[in-house]
Amino acid sequence: MSTDITPSGSMLARFGLTNWRQNIIYIGFAVIFLVFAATLHDKGFLNPNNLLNIFRQTAMIAVMAIAMTFVLSSGEIDLSVGAVAGLASVTTAMAIDIGGPLFGVGAGILTGVVVGICNGLLTTRIGIPSFLTTLAMMGVAKGVAMWISDTAAVPIISSGYAWVFGGGSVGIVPVLLIWMAILGVIGHVVLRKTTFGRQVLATGGGETAARYSGIDTRAIKFRVLIISSMAAALAGMLYAGRLQSGRFQLGEGDELSVIAAAVLGGTSLFGGYGTVIGTIVGALMIGLINNGLILMGLEFSQQLIARGGIIILAVALSQKRT
Amino acid sequence: MTTPTYAVDMRGISKHFGGVQALINVDFQVEPGEVHALLGGNGAGKSTILKVLNGVHVPDEGTISVGGRQLAEISPEASQAAGIAMIFQEMSLIPTLTVAQNVFLTREAKSSFGFIDDRKAEERAAELFKILNVEVDPKAIVGTLGAGQRQLTEIVKAISQDAKVLVLDEPSTALSVTDVERLFDFLRKLKAQGVAIIYVSHRMDEITRIADRATILRDGRHVITAPLSDLPIDTMIEHIVGKRSRGLSDVVRHSVDRGEAVLELRHVSGEHVPIDINLTVHRGEVVGLAGLLGSGRSSLARIICGISPLAAGEILVNGKPLAIGGPRDAVDAGIALVPEDRGTQGLIRAHSVADNITLPVLGAVSNRSFVNARRVREVTDDQIDRLSIKTASRDHAVSTLSGGNQQKVVIGKWLAADPDILVLDEPTAGIDIGSKAEIIRLVRDLAQSGKGIVMISSELSELLSACDRIIVMADGRAVADIPRHDLDDPAIAADDTMHQLQSAERKLQAEIQKALTTVQGETRVH
Repeated sequence: MSTDITPSGSMLARFGLTNWRQNIIYIGFAVIFLVFAATLHDKGFLNPNNLLNIFRQTAMIAVMAIAMTFVLSSGEIDLSVGAVAGLASVTTAMAIDIGGPLFGVGAGILTGVVVGICNGLLTTRIGIPSFLTTLAMMGVAKGVAMWISDTAAVPIISSGYAWVFGGGSVGIVPVLLIWMAILGVIGHVVLRKTTFGRQVLATGGGETAARYSGIDTRAIKFRVLIISSMAAALAGMLYAGRLQSGRFQLGEGDELSVIAAAVLGGTSLFGGYGTVIGTIVGALMIGLINNGLILMGLEFSQQLIARGGIIILAVALSQKRT
Repeated sequence: MTTPTYAVDMRGISKHFGGVQALINVDFQVEPGEVHALLGGNGAGKSTILKVLNGVHVPDEGTISVGGRQLAEISPEASQAAGIAMIFQEMSLIPTLTVAQNVFLTREAKSSFGFIDDRKAEERAAELFKILNVEVDPKAIVGTLGAGQRQLTEIVKAISQDAKVLVLDEPSTALSVTDVERLFDFLRKLKAQGVAIIYVSHRMDEITRIADRATILRDGRHVITAPLSDLPIDTMIEHIVGKRSRGLSDVVRHSVDRGEAVLELRHVSGEHVPIDINLTVHRGEVVGLAGLLGSGRSSLARIICGISPLAAGEILVNGKPLAIGGPRDAVDAGIALVPEDRGTQGLIRAHSVADNITLPVLGAVSNRSFVNARRVREVTDDQIDRLSIKTASRDHAVSTLSGGNQQKVVIGKWLAADPDILVLDEPTAGIDIGSKAEIIRLVRDLAQSGKGIVMISSELSELLSACDRIIVMADGRAVADIPRHDLDDPAIAADDTMHQLQSAERKLQAEIQKALTTVQGETRVH
């Protein structure tokens, strides 16, 4: 593996041909799409509804992966996102039951902020590697979600909430797609065009040099972990809206898809380079593969194997040879 | 057929990277049992030819023979098998293992059960060190060793693998004077055993002492190969620079008008070193910190710049006491550090020149936290022009630049922040003599423009060329404060800058040695 940072597609020409590997995700996406379109068109793959479904199924992963791009770019990792999504779905559903939709949204956001502050403080102040902090938090969040919900699903009655956070659509455009698009644009602009984004990349690219340059790298990591937990909480709220209930199982295991989406998209697992657009395409590719494999009629066990194989292939192709 | 007398025989080597011709038809021959200096400025092709030799780069043209046998294949494995060992600037030992474990890494001694036998390895390493007369404890963890001992360990490791050709790239940068002596003794011993040694260094004084012959490259071409006796320093510099220049000695020192005090240190101590430092730096003044490695020079620099905590004392900037809680506070107060280790502390090598230069001034190149691409370009191009940084573009990764140009990027990123106080820690380490003089001149210019400058360097000629005042440090204490003109020799004509500089260097060297004995005398009394 190389920690070398490589630029995105827009800079391709400047850096020569070697970086086509970095853009393998776009090629891969197109190839897989075309293969599925050719082989599965009689099974309704190209049906607009099916395509929109891919977006619906990918939105939560994409939302978390956008934030994960920042976490990875800063040289950290967040394994707690899936469990936090589950916890936030439960807290949101319970709060809606008590105080209505706005109260529920507030509770969901608060869940993300609290978890993020814990992750951030433990990682940056006490110095526990984020890998361990968030691994522990994964258990804690899941445990809390099971405890407060008594491991039962908490139904959401508010149809307004369910529309905004998941079920609704504007014309044929699902609300989930709008969430994903808005957050994607914000994420891309923040990472590429703001001082904060620069500082995140600098922190991950060379922490010592960044610190010597006057960047408070601990504050950057702290904020990045909060952003990640908040995105996870939002994803949980979207799950809750889509399924009109909060359950601790929602988001379970998502951390792996989220990290895979970011890395597939070209974000460095070692920090210093990240691309939000790549991440979103990475998330869509995972959704595309899932959808295609289901339409092919593969069993769940076969799907798991095929999906793992495709992801390994894509990541392997995107690695630079040394 | 190649002549079998050469330990290394490279002929007609050409190599290009993209549009850049890094080596053009270069011949390079090294005899067994000689120390062969490889000299040249930044971008002359030194690293490229060494990387061709150790198999990292495949040349476009040319042949390589080692010990009379032409290499059929060019790869790091083939070079190593042929007996070429390269000792890198960044050392390649594993810090968490012991010396013996490192020496025999991948060739571990095994017990009769097939398990690793560390004790046997330690015995063997001890024998090896004894033969080579090296005093290193085979049981010591490498991370706890000083740079000198680490380097000797690394060389012993190479020799124990039957290296016939030893390549040393800037081996003395991290070493103290006594360690350098030990290294030279060691190299002479290896030479006597017929090992060919290729020695790359920017320090002419070392080369004249250790090398038998030298090859000089310039702009990717072979300039000259000659015995050292035919190459006085002046001639060497002439070949390296390509035009008549005496390097540092032609940096003119103007008498500067000292402005008000910009930085004052009162009884400043760190957690370990330095101890009780009092120092005032005025605008327009360059203050040098001289002393051996570990004398507390770099620790003092880190305290001033907020990287290491202040244990006791007070720091005043522009007359006002300053609570420095971290690098950001120092940067905000107008203090900038060009750190010792530019690779990890100064630069994010994988990021572009523009990203690096604008890193400390992100706020200034942004509107409401949106980075303004036009201002980034302006600020970057300003510094590229001002410092004549050679880069293919502002968007190229810093790692593609030569050492001297990388250092210019570090300086440029701080000049962009326009600090009042600039602290430079070994600003010319690993930089060719042309760029060195350029950087010294820049330091003088910056002082003249009203900045207060603190400069640390192990190269005395540099300190003497750059500084108005030199503080001699030893064991964490400031022992002497010498105005630069006190080191001038009235007996030598003022315009004979070359001899003036040499004489001053001798005097300063004597002061440093004296400082050591003073401090040691004191500690003995206590």
